[in-house]
Formats: sequence, structure tokens, C-alpha cells
Amino acid sequence: MAHLQSAAVKQITEIVNRYKGEGTPLMMILSDIQKEYGYIPLEVQELVSLLTGIPVSEIYGVVTFYSFFSLTPKGKYVVGVCLGTACYVKGSQLVLDKFEELLKIKPGETSEDGLFTLDALRCVGACAIAPAVSINGKVYPMVQVSQVEKIIGDIRAKEGAK
Amino acid sequence: MVKIRTSEELIKAHEQDAACLDKKFHCEPGKKAIVVCGGTGCLSSNSADLLARLQTLIKEKGLEDKVTANIVGCFGFCSQGPFVKVFPEETLYTKVKVEDADEIIEKDIIGGEVVERLLFVDPQSHAKVAKQHEIAFYKLQKRDIALKGNAEINPEDINEAIGQGAFLALNKALHMDPQEVIDEVLKSGLRGRGGAGFPTGRKWQFAHDVKCDEKYVVCNGDEGDPGAFMDRSIIEGNPINVIEGMMIEGYAIGAQNGYFYIRAEYPVAVDRLKKAIKQCEEMGLLGDHILGTDFSFHCHIRLGAGAFVCGEETALLNSIEGKRGMPRPRPPFPAVKGLWDKPSVINNVETLANVPFILLHGSEAYASIGTEKSKGTKVFALGGKVNNVGLVEVPMGITLRQLIFDIGGGIPNGKKFKAIQTGGPSGGCLTEKDLDTPIDYDNLIAAGSMMGSGGAIVMDEDNCMVDVAKFYMTFICDESCGKCSPCRIGTKRCLELLTKITDGKGTMQDLEELKSLANVIKSNSLCGLGQTAPNPILSTMAAFYDEYVAHIVDKKCPAHVCKSLMQYKILEDKCVGCGMCARNCPANTIEKTDIVPVGKAPNLPLRVHRINPDNCVKCGLCQSNCRFGAIIKD
Repeated sequence: MAHLQSAAVKQITEIVNRYKGEGTPLMMILSDIQKEYGYIPLEVQELVSLLTGIPVSEIYGVVTFYSFFSLTPKGKYVVGVCLGTACYVKGSQLVLDKFEELLKIKPGETSEDGLFTLDALRCVGACAIAPAVSINGKVYPMVQVSQVEKIIGDIRAKEGAK
Repeated sequence: MVKIRTSEELIKAHEQDAACLDKKFHCEPGKKAIVVCGGTGCLSSNSADLLARLQTLIKEKGLEDKVTANIVGCFGFCSQGPFVKVFPEETLYTKVKVEDADEIIEKDIIGGEVVERLLFVDPQSHAKVAKQHEIAFYKLQKRDIALKGNAEINPEDINEAIGQGAFLALNKALHMDPQEVIDEVLKSGLRGRGGAGFPTGRKWQFAHDVKCDEKYVVCNGDEGDPGAFMDRSIIEGNPINVIEGMMIEGYAIGAQNGYFYIRAEYPVAVDRLKKAIKQCEEMGLLGDHILGTDFSFHCHIRLGAGAFVCGEETALLNSIEGKRGMPRPRPPFPAVKGLWDKPSVINNVETLANVPFILLHGSEAYASIGTEKSKGTKVFALGGKVNNVGLVEVPMGITLRQLIFDIGGGIPNGKKFKAIQTGGPSGGCLTEKDLDTPIDYDNLIAAGSMMGSGGAIVMDEDNCMVDVAKFYMTFICDESCGKCSPCRIGTKRCLELLTKITDGKGTMQDLEELKSLANVIKSNSLCGLGQTAPNPILSTMAAFYDEYVAHIVDKKCPAHVCKSLMQYKILEDKCVGCGMCARNCPANTIEKTDIVPVGKAPNLPLRVHRINPDNCVKCGLCQSNCRFGAIIKD
């Protein structure tokens, strides 16, 4: 547990304690940790194992099963291009290709500056406004290939200005 | 909040709240009410800011006594959102932007005039339509069972739901014997809306008959089918209706606890459901001794974490139990051994949303809607290449033609209808010949697809059906949990064969292998995901065999989608030689020829351009930049 700072240990302990009354709290604990830190590295899994008594192998199995849980840190902006059917038939693959080209990363990867993570999503349920792109939860409607450069540029400009 | 402890108190509260609602919608002279769409589609087009702006203006102009503004669920006609509806006239404004708020307040609320420019324009007649029920999209619909209250009440205000009759069905059920409740649901003919269409009452009966002092009801809100969003809208628009359906089920089977399993991708739905549960608890409508009876019930929410297979009911149970979402072998069925090994019933969101109607209005009223074997209504998420994209609730038995052309308004840009995909990755494609088939569970299966949860994606001549099959297979490969080999390995091999075909390297032998592999997966997989995974392949093969053959024998993609089998070409007689394509080409592969464009003088530097196919990356930028329509896909 050497790598974890005491503040993190304290907070994770607090998260685990939130679900003391639940019989099978693992999913809820992991969701909260993922939300708080953006990823669930092995050290954290070991701590959760220690606190809950659930074997770390089982925790690792769960973390790697669900696409919302990540073993590595995500970028500050998580760009999710919807590849649901409605978006796909309206050309969202081309939108994703454009993000890949401009950010120079593949889906699942994070840009070197830590600013962007690119994800291919399976339907955000916004089929009426296809193709949809979700950036940190905000859904951009009817995104065209030609708009991708501006979307990235706007975020970069905002970050650069800070 | 006022507690509602008895049937009498509920009825009194209902009468009071109904009067408030009536006042809001029918308004006293000189008063008005504004509602703004709060569905995910409209929220992403800033409807929350729009509502805030309207509320600010109302305050600034001192109109608080004259008009109210609040959010409602979802109007369903998402391609025309955000919506603003003004009562009592019921004027519906479409595609309203934040900047339009001022004009709506000035002209409509203060001036009493309709803001013409924000009205819906009928695409066929080009006439402006002011009222919702006059719009063709809504005419054939029946939006008062599963989508009840969806575009009328504030989903975050329990009193509006009670005003619309929430909990009256529960109240009625609590005065019946649990077996009578089950009989009523059985008689109604309600079948599971999650896809398979199993009779809901029978599911309840199984769990009811198992003797155990602890049972669970689980609501499956893991709506993972790409292209489907009815469960999301139902919860976002009227969460109380689903909670009530769950409570009635709990009473019928003898459960005290209900679990909602909702996709983490639906934050708005989760938030509204949380608020609704909290309000129910505060009013004593959830908890112990509900409405003065011995019935106690508690609701809990569990979030998914992005795994499609968790929509499969036993995988879902594992996920709630904090495990990998892998299906369990059946039997034992969940009704015998489900959540934490206790008898459990898992019902889809839309199924539960139908239950209050059945109890309140009786099974006969419900069974009078629909076809012989499929009763009631079905909510479809109509999407893809169709003019009126959105969420529709229609009586079972409506034809696909009515759905696509009357409600959906046909195919955009004058293109030709090719197929409609129903049932998501488990379903199949239906074509021209199926258009007059009345939609119900059995007809869709007979036609080679399935009802599924209600996603309905329309495709036009520009969609390649081999590519569509490949799309679904990629999806299934990603989402297969890996537990059983037919699904894990079989779908991967299918995807490889499909990729080979779309790359132009396929043989007729591959086609045969694909077919036999698909059948092996179908008959040997452990759960519904694997058993239905090959359906997109089998159904596109059945309906579009020629297209597969074209990819293999002619090495052509008839829809010009598969990149390896198409190329961009410049039409010599249409090219004016402007060079726009060459300037935008990222691969620098467009060059000038010596040919003088038609109608241009030879002394000008303009020359017809040509794409060198060897270096072309087929990005299509040349085509999107050509203003003369001189570049085609071949």
C-alpha cells in the first residue's frame, strides 16, 4: 500500500464505509472510486480487497469486465463518439476516424498531454440527434466530420487560456 | 411533504392535485402555462438553459402570477426539439433556441399572439401546424399507456403524478388478493417488452407460487440495444409510473424489495428516479404499511457499468451481486433462484410502465388494444434514415408502412427505403415486402426479425447490408462476456469472415461457412445474447443475398460503403477544373489532366482533374468539397 497517499487511503476507506449495510457492495464501491479518481489501479484494488475481504482476483475480474472501469487514468476530456446503430448509419464512424486522426490516438487511448481520452461508445440513447458525441457527459448533437476540428480546437483554446 | 397514509388520503390528494393540474392546463382566464421538453435529446440542445431563460424573463417582467414554466419528460419528436408548449392554447413551438425565449414571452404570453416562425412546418404540405395533435407524427400514436404523462407532468414533482392518477392502481391492487392481481395481468395479455415477449403474468405466477419469505422484483433498465431509448424516456418522463408498476408486482408476488438496474449512461434518468423514490418515501408511499395496509416495499437503484450482456436477466443479477456480469445457466430460473438465490422476477421498464394502466382500467380495456396475441401498445425508438426521428408509442398491429411513412414521414432526401432493422443486435432486417405486416411479436418473428426492446432503425439505399451485419458482429464481439465458446469464438470468426468479404477477399465458400457457423452459434450458446447474435447475419443474408454475392463475385459494394470495394471518380463532363478537390485532398492524389472542361475556354488555366486511385485514402473530402457534383462514388 506504499504508493497510496494517506489522503487517498482515507477517502477510499470512506467510500467503502458508505456501503457497510449492503450485502454485495462491490459494484457501487468501484463506481464511486472510478468517479472520484477516473481510474482504479491495482493498489486501490488491493486496498478495497483489504477493507472488504473480497479477494483481489475477484475485484480485478470485475474491474476488467465492465467498460466503465479503467485501470489507467483517463484524460481530462473524455470524448465518446457514439457508434450505436442510429449514429453508425448516419456516419459516426467517419466522425470517430476524424477524432483519431486529429488527436493521433485510437479509441481507448489517452493523448500524451493527458487532455483527451477517445472512446467509441455503444449508444448513448440520443439516437434522434445522431451522430452524437459525448464529451465529459455533455452530448453534442448531429456532429459532422467538418465540426470535429472546431470541437477539439475550442477545448484546446479553453485549456490554453487557463 | 404531506404524508399519505390511507386510501382515503390518497384519493383526497389525487382530487386536489388533479384540480391543480387541470388549472394549469386549462388555465383561468388571462393565465398561461409553459412546459419545456427535458428529454436527453432536447437537453443536449440546451433546453435547460431555455427553461432558465424563460423563468428569468417571467420574473423580470413580473409575470409570476400570470404564467408558470416547468420541465416535462419527453415529447418524443426529438428531431424537432427543443419543444416549448404553451397552455391553454396548446401551441407547440419546435426547435426553440435560448434566444427565442424573449419572443415567446413578449408575443405569446404578453401579446397573446402565436409566434409563427417557431411552429412546425409539415414537410409534405409546407403548412405551419400549431397544435401537437395535428402533426402527422402524433396522429396514429397512442401515447397514454407506457408514455403516460410523459410530455405533460413535471417528472420531478410527485404531486403532478398523483394528480394524473399515480398510485390509484396500486390502491386498487392492495384491495385485491395477490392472485387476483396476477390473474388481471394474465388476462390483459401483457408480454415482456424487453424483447422475448414472455407473458408477464406467467412470470409473476411462477414467483408467486414459490414459498419463501424473501423475494425480489428487479426492473431491467439496462437498455443496451444500440438505437433504443424508450426505457430512458419512460423513466425520464414519468418515473413514478414505473415505481408504481414495480410496487404492484411486489405485492402480487410477495416481495418487499425492488431493485432498479439502470445503465450508467443514463444520468438524467437515474437522477429523476432517485428524486422520485425519495419523494415517495417522504410521503410514505414507499416504506412500511403502505396506504395503511400490511404491504411494505422499498426501492433501490443499482447502476450498470457499461456491459451490454447485463441486459440478459441472469447476468444482470450477477452484476447486482457485485460480480462479473456473466449469465447463469438455467434452470434454475430466477423465479425460483434469482437475486441472492431468492425467488425474483425481472421485468423491463416498459413492461412495468404498462402495469398501472391494466390495474386501473382493467384487463379488458387493455386487451382491447392490439392484435390477437400481442396486446396493448409498444414504444419504438424510430431512428436512422427517416424524416421524423423520435420516440413513438403505437398500438400493436400497426403496419411497418404506417410506422415508417405515416408517423416517420418517409425517407429523407428522396432516397429509397431499403430496410428497417428491429430488435437490435438480436433482431433482423425487414424489407419492402414486409411493409404491410402488422407489427406484433409473432409476425416479426415469422418475418425473420423480432420485436426486441423496440429499436427501429430505418436504412436507405446508401446503407450496405453486409456492412450492417459487420457492424452488429463487431458489437457482439466486443460485448460477448466470454463465458461460452460458441459465442466467444464463433462471433469472432463470423466477424473475420465478414471483414474478409467487405475487404473484397471473400469467396463463395466463406458465405457457406458463415451460414453454418451462424447456425452453430445460434443453437449452442448459453444465453440469449449468443443465441440471437447471428440474427443480423442470417436475416441480411436471407433478404440481401445478392449484395453479399456482389461483394464476393463482382468485388463491388452496391451501396458504395465498403471502402476496399469503392473508389471516388471525377466525372469529366461535370468537372469545371476549379481545383477545390485537389486543394483539400489530404493524400495529394488529385492531379490536373490536359482536358479542357466542357464550356471553358482553352486559354484559361482550368483543366479537368483526376483522382489517382493508388494513393487515394477514400476519405471523401474531395466529394464534400466539390460544389458541382462532379465527384461520385463508383
